[in-house]
Amino acid sequence: MNRRVLPYLLSLPALIVCIGIIVPFVIAIYYSMQRYNLALPYLRGFIWFGNYQSLFTSSEFWKTVTVSLLYTVFTVGIELFLGLGTALLLRRPTTFNNIAAILLLLPLMTAPAIASLMWKLMTNPGFGILSYLISLVGITNFKWASSPTTALFTVILVDIWVYTPFIMVLLIAGLRALPRQPFEAAELDGVPRTFVFFRITLPMLMPYIITAVLFRLIDSIQQFDIIYAMTQGGPGDSTLVFQVAAYLEFFQYTNVGRSAAILMVLWVITYVLSLVFVKNWRRLRERAHGAV
Amino acid sequence: MDHTSPLETIFRRVALGVILVFFLFPIFWIVLMSFQTNEQILRIPPRVFFSPTLSNYKALISGELITTVGSLKLTFMHNLWNSFFLSTSSVLVALVLGVPAAYAFARFKFRLGEDIAFTLLSIRFAPPLLILLPLSLLFNEIGLSDTYIGLIWVYQLICLPLIVWIVRGYFEDISPDIEHAYRIDGHSWAQTFFRIAVPLARPGIAAAGLLSFIFAWNNFVFALILGSADKQPVTVGALAFVTAAGISYGQIAAAIVLSILPTLALALYAQRYLVEGLSLGAVKG
Repeated sequence: MNRRVLPYLLSLPALIVCIGIIVPFVIAIYYSMQRYNLALPYLRGFIWFGNYQSLFTSSEFWKTVTVSLLYTVFTVGIELFLGLGTALLLRRPTTFNNIAAILLLLPLMTAPAIASLMWKLMTNPGFGILSYLISLVGITNFKWASSPTTALFTVILVDIWVYTPFIMVLLIAGLRALPRQPFEAAELDGVPRTFVFFRITLPMLMPYIITAVLFRLIDSIQQFDIIYAMTQGGPGDSTLVFQVAAYLEFFQYTNVGRSAAILMVLWVITYVLSLVFVKNWRRLRERAHGAV
Repeated sequence: MDHTSPLETIFRRVALGVILVFFLFPIFWIVLMSFQTNEQILRIPPRVFFSPTLSNYKALISGELITTVGSLKLTFMHNLWNSFFLSTSSVLVALVLGVPAAYAFARFKFRLGEDIAFTLLSIRFAPPLLILLPLSLLFNEIGLSDTYIGLIWVYQLICLPLIVWIVRGYFEDISPDIEHAYRIDGHSWAQTFFRIAVPLARPGIAAAGLLSFIFAWNNFVFALILGSADKQPVTVGALAFVTAAGISYGQIAAAIVLSILPTLALALYAQRYLVEGLSLGAVKG
């Protein structure tokens, strides 16, 4: 077979799937520039950036932006701290550490929507074990996901439970792949441990940290499953993040145009993050191949 | 590293203990709940020792929940079957479409190849609702809404990028010299692909397949938007079940256990592949 035709032939099915996905994406851009409400079809019309204009001047949208950013910053920040800490604790490949690392992966393999249901059972005000445990230390009126003041905290907690293992497992792999010589040399010279950590371990681990954090940032700002299953964006709008807001806009208010505009704003944010990711990914691959 | 003070050893053990409890206790507790009757669950203070019952699982498997008010039909086992069917067929389709493409991207440097590979990657990173909401209107028009075929097609959004990116990395790591030698012996391109390249990349293909099965199984939003009750997988079914079961907390816990058991078992079985798969091959495990 001709060498010039073959690669195209092989990637044709994947190309077709790509087109099948680019089509709805283009439709979404088109919708985002329309006045399009399923309940009021006769009002449908092209309005250029009208939806975006009304989004950027509405306080509800800015609340959604704030909640999404808070959610992202807190989940990724705490997950990085916990994940890095756990990875350092499990750094040496002993049997115990390896078993612990495998068991700690289990939350990550739990469907996020189901994880929310698990935490819902555990935070039930009547019989939930967590409600019981905090009542032992004197906190009796803690309402978890049912109160607007603590709902965001509760969904962040579930996210941390599910996704910290992701950062942990990537950083354990990273730590174990680091060359040994700098550490051995530092030990011979009697360099203080904090110095070793901040000047050797952390800089060498940085590409892995960046990979893990970018993955998490992109996923976290788009979180839907955990929040939808736990609170559906409520109570009020206390956990209303981008995708949940777009979902409700579409299905509850049948406002297709506005929903598409919200998602386009989110897409721009994730697209920028994913460009950074690809750049970093290429560098890592090159380094891995250069080392072999 | 080896000269740790006793105080530090204690601190490390305590920290690790707290971390293990935080991440494993929820699973342990829900499993316990699934073997309890409602009266046992509602007891304060909660107990770790109790006489276990299988009644929750029996109700789910037989599909009938008998309460004081009457009996309630449960479709939970059907949701479980849907999860199994949707995930398996999506992964198979993605392997057939994705492995040849991954091979092409790894072996031939061509412009379109890079473009497709990065389009697939950006799909992995795009907000799913951005594709799903227009698709739900589109599916209504072309008659694909609420069909298994429609769902399997959309599940390619999860499976295909994973498979293409992981398997491509494996093909790139295999030296093409063996394939060249086999070709010079007079074998066709297809023979080389199936007899040499695919068997050598088998660990990568297995890793990608298992991981995309787990992600397909755990997916929630696709079927929430594109499927009706009788096509929905356990993730969506469990949420509906919570509403239907009301205060039958034991059954809810049993339903949770049944829906997470397959992926947890698979993850334990395939754990050595997970790191590479999770990072799309960016981090070698």
